[in-house]
Amino acid sequence: MNAPLKIEQLLPQLDHTHLDWLEEEAIFILRETVAAFERPALLFSGGKDSCVVLRLAEKAFKRKNASGEYEGRLPFPLLHVDTGHNFPEVIEFRDRRVQEMGERLVVGHLEDSIKRGTVRLSHPLESRNGHQTVALLEAIEEHRFDVLMGGARRDEEKARAKERIFSHRDSFGQWQPKEQRPELWTLFNTRIKPGEHMRAFPISNWTELDVWLYIARENIPLPNLYFAHDRQVIRRKGLLVPLTEVTPVQAGETVETAEVRFRTVGDMTCTCPVESSASDATEIVAETLQVTVSERGATRMDDRTSDASMERRKKEGYF
Amino acid sequence: MSSSNSNATVVAEHRDNVPKCADHRALRFLTAGSVDDGKSTLIGRLLFDSRAILADQLDTLEKRAAGSPIDLSLLTDGLEAEREQGITIDVAYRYFATKQRKFIIADAPGHEQYTRNMVTAAAGSDAAVVLVDITKLDTHALPVKLLAQTRRHALLAQLLRVPSIVFAINKLDAVDDPAQAYEAVRAALLDFADHAQMEVAGIVPVSALRGDNVTQPLDAAWYQGPSLLQLLESLPTAQERTVGDLLIPVQYVARDDGQTKSGGVGDQPRTLWGRIAHGRVQAGDEVQLFPSRQKAVVAEVRVAGELVEFAQAGQSAGLALDRQLDVSRGDWISTPDTVHDTNRFSATLAWLDTEPAVIGRKYSVRHGNRWVQARITAIESRLDIHTLEATDAHELAVNEIGHVVIETQQPLPVEAYATNRVGGSLIIVDPTSNRTSGALLVKAAA
Repeated sequence: MNAPLKIEQLLPQLDHTHLDWLEEEAIFILRETVAAFERPALLFSGGKDSCVVLRLAEKAFKRKNASGEYEGRLPFPLLHVDTGHNFPEVIEFRDRRVQEMGERLVVGHLEDSIKRGTVRLSHPLESRNGHQTVALLEAIEEHRFDVLMGGARRDEEKARAKERIFSHRDSFGQWQPKEQRPELWTLFNTRIKPGEHMRAFPISNWTELDVWLYIARENIPLPNLYFAHDRQVIRRKGLLVPLTEVTPVQAGETVETAEVRFRTVGDMTCTCPVESSASDATEIVAETLQVTVSERGATRMDDRTSDASMERRKKEGYF
Repeated sequence: MSSSNSNATVVAEHRDNVPKCADHRALRFLTAGSVDDGKSTLIGRLLFDSRAILADQLDTLEKRAAGSPIDLSLLTDGLEAEREQGITIDVAYRYFATKQRKFIIADAPGHEQYTRNMVTAAAGSDAAVVLVDITKLDTHALPVKLLAQTRRHALLAQLLRVPSIVFAINKLDAVDDPAQAYEAVRAALLDFADHAQMEVAGIVPVSALRGDNVTQPLDAAWYQGPSLLQLLESLPTAQERTVGDLLIPVQYVARDDGQTKSGGVGDQPRTLWGRIAHGRVQAGDEVQLFPSRQKAVVAEVRVAGELVEFAQAGQSAGLALDRQLDVSRGDWISTPDTVHDTNRFSATLAWLDTEPAVIGRKYSVRHGNRWVQARITAIESRLDIHTLEATDAHELAVNEIGHVVIETQQPLPVEAYATNRVGGSLIIVDPTSNRTSGALLVKAAA
């Protein structure tokens, strides 16, 4: 790919007003959240979906100055649950962005939950992805957040396909899929009792392709592991497992160097890259148009364990 | 064709005449059907043919099919809790896109909780695809008698004013003479639509199982119309009017530094944010606030973080006024002297809660961005869900729809739902359980 790709050439008939409409909907939901709740927080991991939500929050609550920068501060802190197994370049990116923007970041550490004894690992290299829930709920309790805004999308997974935009969590932080409130027009029922909280999902109606189209259009900065780079990987069960200290090579396996990028970025123990030479968001749009494996299917070890893994985690309070 | 004096119109008789839709916003449509009429297979087919289903998801299906042909309906199978019980509990949202357009499907399951799910899916939908299972009809006994559920689905979509109603006649592969069967059912649907004064956007024969006429046009002499997908690509999205008087429900009041509410510094300039319900606004316009009735002039208009010349219906606008007024979330901004308020109005009520509606009980009601207390003062009638004819009633249970009179503790600027969705819709919330118990569509001030 030598000549720079243009989105208009990839999708000549799509005039992108659908992105304006998705943006309007997301900004509307963000303002609704801040207006209807006392103590909101925005989940920010440095992952692409949360980077998109962060940009939408800037548009919802800040002012763009003559040089194209957003001025002002967001009316809520950012919250990240650090499993201790995050990719270092993502944590570095997270901290840099927060500093550049002058925002406040609250970090809930899974290590603290392990020390406290509220999380018990069965072995040291166990995936910590599912255990994030405990640290997340502890952070909610400690900071008395009554709503968390997150970048989950309904197209990601079938349990998420039934999620409301404003999704109620009981006093144990649990999701009750059978008790969901009907969501009519934009008349959101944001009422909760003390000790309960809500999750708000402003980009519910976006797909992976929409996210990349928007990142390309808005020039949203992302951690560089989203773009093609050389990385040591191990081929295991159809996935490319990145070689890290928590995902070491096993007997009989060989390590190779491949040109890869990450489609999702989560806990190092369960996130895999895909082979790719896409070096910017537009080239990723081109690849996404051709892709044959779903986002989570290509990249997540944990979702493969059962047809209903996500649903079970969500019920326990996962985001 | 329908008779000339009919309100029922079918657009796009021929596939070459399908109007190109200039509107490229995502089309939200709901699919209505009952168990066994192939709704899940149809959605599976749309997702599969448009490549919204990917290899690994197909893999899961292949595993479950264990050698038999893949069951496309399993693609829309949702939660473990649902599979255990063999039923679908809730509305699921699905996404697919063609080169022309993005689509959002609100898939409403079709059994006991049907009305509740359908109301949820229909609120905010641009179109409804009502499935007609042709194998359940006697197409030789003319005129063909439609199933009660087909009438119910279409009438509910009409009641909620879903702009486009499409009938998909499914399982054409399972009848001996599809040409005759299609014509007979089509005539019955047009006759029904005529009586209901319903505008029909299309009647499309399909075989979801084989994929006929879903994404690829049917190769048959007896049907020259568009495929279902071609028709969906051409439908307009629901648009609020952008001309005439202005109405904005105030969603969020921001101080100019981006910080809000808690500060309580009264003399700072503020931006009043809200999505425009109808009309448009620009700097220099005189506006009036409700309920204070104070007037002011718009000093500047913002959309997202930027100053704009004007903003119009469907957009969230941020207004700065030329003077400091007492405004909060829940108030309304309008063209002066255009807002009429009342604390008593008649409405259609769709009851969604397993606890029946109680006359005289205090409920919380949300209108625009304002919460007020309200009572149902009278239940005048219940609608027969199959015919929508009103029958005498004094209570409403879950999934029932009726005509009621509502009294609110504060006056509200309600408008008829028929002319204004934003001013004409409310939700009822049970103040004890916080459940969303009902949906109100305003008919008129009482």
